[in-house]
Amino acid sequence: MKIIGELLQQLSFASIEQKDKTYIVSVPKEKLHETAVFLKNNSKLSFDFLMDIIGMDYGDNLGAIYYVSSTRFPSYIIALKTQTEDRETPLLDSVCDVWESAGLYEREVHDFFGIKFANNPDMRRLFLRQDWNGYPLRKDYDTNPELNPVPLCNEDLDDMENMPVTEISIEGERLENHRKLFEEEDYVVNFGPQHPATHGVLHLRVALDGEMIKKVDPNFGYIHRGIEKMCEAYTYPQMLHLTDRLDYLSGTINRHGLCLAVEKGLELEVPERAHYIRTIIDELTRIASHLLGWGCMAMDMGSITAFVYGMRDREKIMDIFEETCGGRLMANYSVIGGVMNDIHPNFQRKVKEFIPYMRKMLKEHHLLFTGNPIARDRMEGVGYLSKEQAIALGATGPTGRASGWSNDVRKIEPYAAYRHADFKEMLRSDGLTFDRYIIRLDEIEESLKILEQLIDNIPGGSYAAKTKAIIKLPEGEFYQRVEGARGEFDVYINSKGDKYPYRVKFRSPCMTLVNTLKAIAIDTKVADLIMLGGSLDYVVPCIDR
Amino acid sequence: MEVKDIYIRNMKYEDFKENEYLEEYVKELRANGVNIAIAKLDDLINWGRSNSVWPLTFATSCCGIEFMCLGAARYDFARFGWEVTRNSPRQADVVFCCGTIVHKMAPVLKRLYDQMAEPKYVMAFGSCAISGGPFKSSYHTVMGVDKIIPVDVYIPGCPPRPDAMIYGMMQLARKIKMQEFFKLPKQPHPELRHCEEYSDEANQTAGLLHSVSNDETKKGGEV
Repeated sequence: MKIIGELLQQLSFASIEQKDKTYIVSVPKEKLHETAVFLKNNSKLSFDFLMDIIGMDYGDNLGAIYYVSSTRFPSYIIALKTQTEDRETPLLDSVCDVWESAGLYEREVHDFFGIKFANNPDMRRLFLRQDWNGYPLRKDYDTNPELNPVPLCNEDLDDMENMPVTEISIEGERLENHRKLFEEEDYVVNFGPQHPATHGVLHLRVALDGEMIKKVDPNFGYIHRGIEKMCEAYTYPQMLHLTDRLDYLSGTINRHGLCLAVEKGLELEVPERAHYIRTIIDELTRIASHLLGWGCMAMDMGSITAFVYGMRDREKIMDIFEETCGGRLMANYSVIGGVMNDIHPNFQRKVKEFIPYMRKMLKEHHLLFTGNPIARDRMEGVGYLSKEQAIALGATGPTGRASGWSNDVRKIEPYAAYRHADFKEMLRSDGLTFDRYIIRLDEIEESLKILEQLIDNIPGGSYAAKTKAIIKLPEGEFYQRVEGARGEFDVYINSKGDKYPYRVKFRSPCMTLVNTLKAIAIDTKVADLIMLGGSLDYVVPCIDR
Repeated sequence: MEVKDIYIRNMKYEDFKENEYLEEYVKELRANGVNIAIAKLDDLINWGRSNSVWPLTFATSCCGIEFMCLGAARYDFARFGWEVTRNSPRQADVVFCCGTIVHKMAPVLKRLYDQMAEPKYVMAFGSCAISGGPFKSSYHTVMGVDKIIPVDVYIPGCPPRPDAMIYGMMQLARKIKMQEFFKLPKQPHPELRHCEEYSDEANQTAGLLHSVSNDETKKGGEV
């Protein structure tokens, strides 16, 4: 688009490169904040959605890449790059006053690369314990297990509450301060990490005023498995199985994303049949995930029956997966160039049987739970998230769409066979818990429509393109967006032309959702916290990676 | 009817071989129309215990979803009496370790295990819990839960199918049936647990007790 290129020319200090719909803008670190403000506040550009911050270790330099998109031109991306030569005490300017979601991302970069961000009010480590030695994603990280043995004592709560802050004074001096997370008189309650309703091992520390929530502080890392570091030691086909285990409920979609990113790099032509099969499997996964999300949210509110109903319908999809993919939960189906095996002879028949069955059951679900006056009373009028807030926090997926933010990647940048399907992007405007609940059931309906259109039209031919035995990606950076069940899942690959990637980064849709919980839970009752979490439907291993 | 393997602390086993009088007694009662069965109390207790094991809802990652499938309509572990999932470790008998345990989670799991009342069991679900599984090469993974807590049953798979889980649980039921309830090991003092010096202190205390008892026996011998 011309207008973006023209406006970017105003940044005289930046070097600009264009690759398809991505503009790569490199700026010196002193100009980072200025550029961020320019991109966000320019009335014509308004790049207001920060997708991800990717920390980088270039060998000599450390750096960060900010992937930013605009709600006005959603298919255009700006990759804002900056570097620092200082490896001992690297410092960059924080942009959390420009994009609200940057706070958490910057903590992540700090945790993995040791880069501090000036003026970020909270510079604790995000995933690892505060007493962890070293920064694991740096290339010179010492993996000796004796440096970081398995701890036997829980982390000190004082460590968790102490927030280091780096500030730059007017004279340009660097000041290291500490700030307390909670005030002295705050009544703090621990939720998790082992709690049946936090959907995994999430640790929430909640400050209460009577029954009302004053502040929520999420603690991550109780299932941080270091997938991104592991990927750097694996070849591309070996990496695939790790993506299934990120957000296991939309595992096939994550894997699809990584395959597309690698195929983009290889410029590999994937057969149309594989595109169709992948799309159908993705939509089945989405239905299964939403059913489980619906059931779990109902269970969080005390309705065990709804959970059993949701799981019953999900088993039908698991059956289809098992026949074709071989696995139930971990389908491990997409591979680079196509899919692993051709579909089972029963596949089409079973999917066609499933569509009317699911339609019938959806009516029952609405009758059983949506129409229930107790459920309605609890869900309506609670947990308001405005559209502006959703964009600022980066709450993609059904959560953002329930607030009226049109962010469906399947529509913005149709990949695989979505361009052949006619479907609506479900949007609601109220942004309440009830909207986030109902939008999932509506999306099941839309997914059924996509399945209906595609299932009979799977083209013939081969199910996978032939690839070389050893896959080497050409040098460069590759970014791929896909629409996961919970929001936008992005894959970033940096290749040096080797058979191993130099850096891999996955954008977790769930991390921003927990950030959203922080915003919407304020001034609600503590009993509603679990229900709000259920309505956002986050999966913790996706956050921790 | 024969009574087998009777264990009485103060009596040697050899002294207890002759059970004829018990059998005679039973025969006489039966002949007079009394319905009587003789068995060990252990068998009765274990029959009850093995059919109502209360699991702790503890899932860190993917295997937790298969555990949920197990609880839902199709696989339905209520058939085996396992459905009373407890949210508090103090009420649970068995901890299903579903998913990867990482460094940050390790002390939490240890504390949960310590909070459970004896007799308690651990099942390692899936390859992550057995050995680190797909995340073996990670810097932040504990290579198997048996590095932290003792494990009774290992169920391989990534994730294991619910059928495999049922099989594993039946193995645990078998194990419970084999145990002698009154001879189960005693739990160490709670203060000595979940603490870095735990192993050292426990050894020291055990050593102290040992030396004291030795002294006492010596004295007894002299007298």
